[in-house]
Parts: sequence; structure tokens; C-alpha cells
Amino acid sequence: MLEIRNLYKSFGRLVAVDDVSFTVGCGEVLGFLGPNGAGKSTTMKMATGFLPPTAGTAAICGHDIQRRPLAAKRQFGYLPEGAPAYPDMNVAGFLRFAAHIRGFRGAEAAAKIERIVDLVHLSEVFEQRIDTLSKGYRRRVGVAQALLHDPPVVILDEPTDGLDPNQKYEMRSIIAAMRPEKAIIISTHLLEEVEAVCSRAIIIARGRILADATPAELAARSRLHNAVRLDIAPENEGRIRADLAAVPGIAAIEDAGVGDGHALLIVPRDQKPIAPEIAELAEGRAWNIAGFAIERGRLDDVFRAITAPPNEAGRA
Amino acid sequence: MIGKTLTICRRELAGYFATPLAYVFIVIFLVLAGVLTFFVGDFFERGQADLQSFFTFHPWLYLVLIPAVSMRLWAEERKSGTIELFLTLPIRLSEAVLGKFVAAWIFVGIALALTFPFWLTVLFLGEPDNGVVAASYIGSWLMAGAILGIGAAVSAATKNQVIAFVVSAAIVFVLVAAGTPTVLGLFEGWAPQALIQAVSGASLFGHFTAITRGVIGLPDVFYFVSLTVGFLAANAVLIELTRAD
Repeated sequence: MLEIRNLYKSFGRLVAVDDVSFTVGCGEVLGFLGPNGAGKSTTMKMATGFLPPTAGTAAICGHDIQRRPLAAKRQFGYLPEGAPAYPDMNVAGFLRFAAHIRGFRGAEAAAKIERIVDLVHLSEVFEQRIDTLSKGYRRRVGVAQALLHDPPVVILDEPTDGLDPNQKYEMRSIIAAMRPEKAIIISTHLLEEVEAVCSRAIIIARGRILADATPAELAARSRLHNAVRLDIAPENEGRIRADLAAVPGIAAIEDAGVGDGHALLIVPRDQKPIAPEIAELAEGRAWNIAGFAIERGRLDDVFRAITAPPNEAGRA
Repeated sequence: MIGKTLTICRRELAGYFATPLAYVFIVIFLVLAGVLTFFVGDFFERGQADLQSFFTFHPWLYLVLIPAVSMRLWAEERKSGTIELFLTLPIRLSEAVLGKFVAAWIFVGIALALTFPFWLTVLFLGEPDNGVVAASYIGSWLMAGAILGIGAAVSAATKNQVIAFVVSAAIVFVLVAAGTPTVLGLFEGWAPQALIQAVSGASLFGHFTAITRGVIGLPDVFYFVSLTVGFLAANAVLIELTRAD
């Protein structure tokens, strides 16, 4: 439903977006990931018709954003970076404006507004001026405006930025709930968010797409994929390390203790599963462990490895 | 087309009255108009029941006050980032430009209409030619529209409201001053008559003065309307051009 075709954008000599192409279908939540300045927002600005691309184009539900901007703009809801809204309007007035501009009048507009106010929980601040709202509420007003007309394509630039953990959880539930009938793209630099709501993730850095896969596939690229974490008593550490030395296929044994706990992280060679052997050993040698967990891999690890600038790649 | 323009216009107009801006503007407009009319314009000393000394200062009043209204039209949206929201709504650029302009024009119209006590004063003192008064009001509003058009175009080119104010005031100053006797006097005696007429013809002052004599002449209306339309077109082009950065 959303198709990005070879988008390219340069500002003078700076190339902000370099040949980015992807499509997002119905039922997908695409997480658009990248360090600050990677070109995430610029790509979204071009996809929504705010910035004219230097080359390439985007199509929303088959409408080319450059040749048929009006038809294309009717098909999406967009939360721009920073969730801008008119500060001197109140929430009610702002949503009414959004409803009218989308062509809803009278009772229909009221129904649309009521639905969205319920969905993103704005009733408490409905009559309040936008410049008096907290950051979290302001973001929700922006999201409300983007979802008001129930568009098939939803483009949200950092929808959870500035929200507290409860609000983040709520926002993710909203996104998850509308996922079945929409094509959704969210940009973020929060990796937990990708794991929580995205069915697919694209990692972009320096204007280029560096990875396009499901969060699980990305995590599997981590060197910690299939690693085993053991919570142990400190006095047993020497004994356990000695036993592990005899196990083949272990790349490293790292100290992973946090706070008072004492833990070992056993990293396999080439991400091969080693849990069964270790479990067997733990039982046979009576290690007396308090916890045993298999790592699926860590997105932040993968993210850093993929997006680090070339000269730092060796260290990452 | 009309529906969306009206929606934008209504939102903008509500925006004026949501902040002290509208009230401050209207009060200062009325106070300045009064000061100029009664103290500088020799309203009473002239001993005539007309509004000549009121209208004659409008170009100068607008020179200062209208850029204060128009400076925020686009610069504020750009600064606060709402322009990205605004321009990704399913609206045409022409609707956006027109909606904003019409709201500002109506707002200035409201301020202008609130000067009716001046008219009541001359009605009380004598028998003014109401046709002349009506023509002058219409002329003043047309001139306000042209100046707003200039200001809107300038505002579209910057995100800095102070720059928008200063640049539009400078342009308006040139257009007003060109038709004043002082400036025309500089050309008198050496320049060909055609040049003097061209300078005077390009001036807001000359066309406005012509209307305040009581005749809404087609050339004068055409002048103001084409100035407005021309600058609004420039406004749209400037938005397109500056969108990229």
C-alpha cells in the first residue's frame, strides 16, 4: 500500500537519502530504524509529499505523491517529527479542523473525533489549549490527528518520543490494535519498540538501507544469539568455568553480573545452539544454578554493528 | 475548493482571537487612527464634515501595522514546524495561500469597521457625503489587501518574523512613498512627464487618494487587485521553492 521507489535527496553536497526503496503492505508494521541524522525523517517527508525528492518517488495506495498529491494525501495519516500542532488552539478545535479538512461535517465529524479521543485517551484535556499540554499529551494529539480519518496508510515519525513507560505501552497497544487493516510505518531509535510492535525492521544509516528483515532475524545476527546466561553462586564460579573449558563450541565466557547477582554469559561459536550441552553438564556436575536463560540475540548489538561509521566498524 | 479554503480561513481567524494579538492590534490601530486624525490631520481646524483627515493617513498606518499581521502568516508555521503538518493535509497550495490571506483580510476588515465612530462623529457634526465615505472605506480595505498580499509573500520566504516584518514594511514604504508629493517633487523639472506618471501610477498612495475622492475607478481597483493576486501567486511559488530546505 505504501511504495517507496528509489528515493534520493541531496541538500547541496550532502546526500541525505541515497536510493531508498521498500514497500509496506497491509497488516505490516515497519520499524524504520537508524541513528539520528540517518535520513529517516527526510524519507518520511518525501513519502508524504512535504519535501520534493531529488529523484525517485513514492506511491500511496497506487497514487503517486508527486503527480497526484491530493489523491495520495487522502490515503495516509502523518505524524511529523516533533508532533507539531497549533499551540494556540485547544484540542477540540484542532481535531475539528483536522476533521473538516478531511471532508467530515456535522455529526460525522463529531463521531470521528469522539472515536479518536477515546482511542488515544484525550478526553481529560479535550478543552485545553495545546501549548499547555505535557509532551506526552501533545504527542497523542498529533497521533489523534493522524488517525482521525482512519486512513489505510499510517506514517508516524517517532510516535513514542517523550512518552513515559506507561504511555509508550499504551501507544504500542494502539499501533498493534490497528495493525491488521493498515500499512503502518513508524520511525524510532528505540530498539525495544521494534521488538514490541514491528513485524519488520529497516535499518538505515547515512541515507542507505543497510538491513531489511524481521526483528527476530535481525536479532539472530547478534553474536549473542543462542548464548546461555547462568545465574550462579560466586563460590561456584571457578568450578563451573573449569567444567565449561572442556565443552567444544564455546567462543567466550563473559561475566554478566548485574548489581548483586553473579552471572556468566556463555557465547557460542558461530551462534550455534549450546544450551542442551550446558544444561546436561549443569545437572550432571550439580552446579547449583539459580537461573538459566537462552539469549535470542540483542538488537542493539546488531544495530551498532550495522550502523557504526566505517572507521569504527572494527571496534563495534 | 471553497470548503477547504473556508476551513483554513476559519481556523486562521480563530487563531487571531485566541491570542492577545487581535486585541492589541485593534486597540493600537484605533488609537493611532484617532491620534493621526485629530492631532496631525487637523480634523477640527479644517471645519469640514468629511473623513479626509482620517483616510489620508491610512497608507502610513498600514505601512506599520499590516506587516505586523502578515509577518506571522507563514514564518510562524515554518518556525513551529506546523507547516509540515499543514502541507501534508489533502489540500491544494492555492487553498492554503487563499485561506490564510482571506482570514488576514477579514481580520483587518474588522479593525477597519471598528473605526465607525469616526464616521458617527462627522455625521453628528455635519452632513458628510456618505458615498465618499463608503468609497474611501472600500478603497482602504482594497489597499489593506494588497499590502497583506505583499506581506504574505515575504513571510513565505523566511522563518524569521522580524525579517518578514522589516522587509515587507520596506517594500510597502517604497510603494506608498512613490506617490507622495515629496517624492514626485524630486522628479519634477527634469524627468519626462511619462516617468513621473509611471512612478505615481505604481504607487499605493496615488491610487488610494484617487478612490478617497469618491470615485471607485476601474484602474484603481485593477491596480489593487492585480497587486494582491500577483503577490499571492508569488507567495505560492515561494512556498514551493523553499519547501526543499
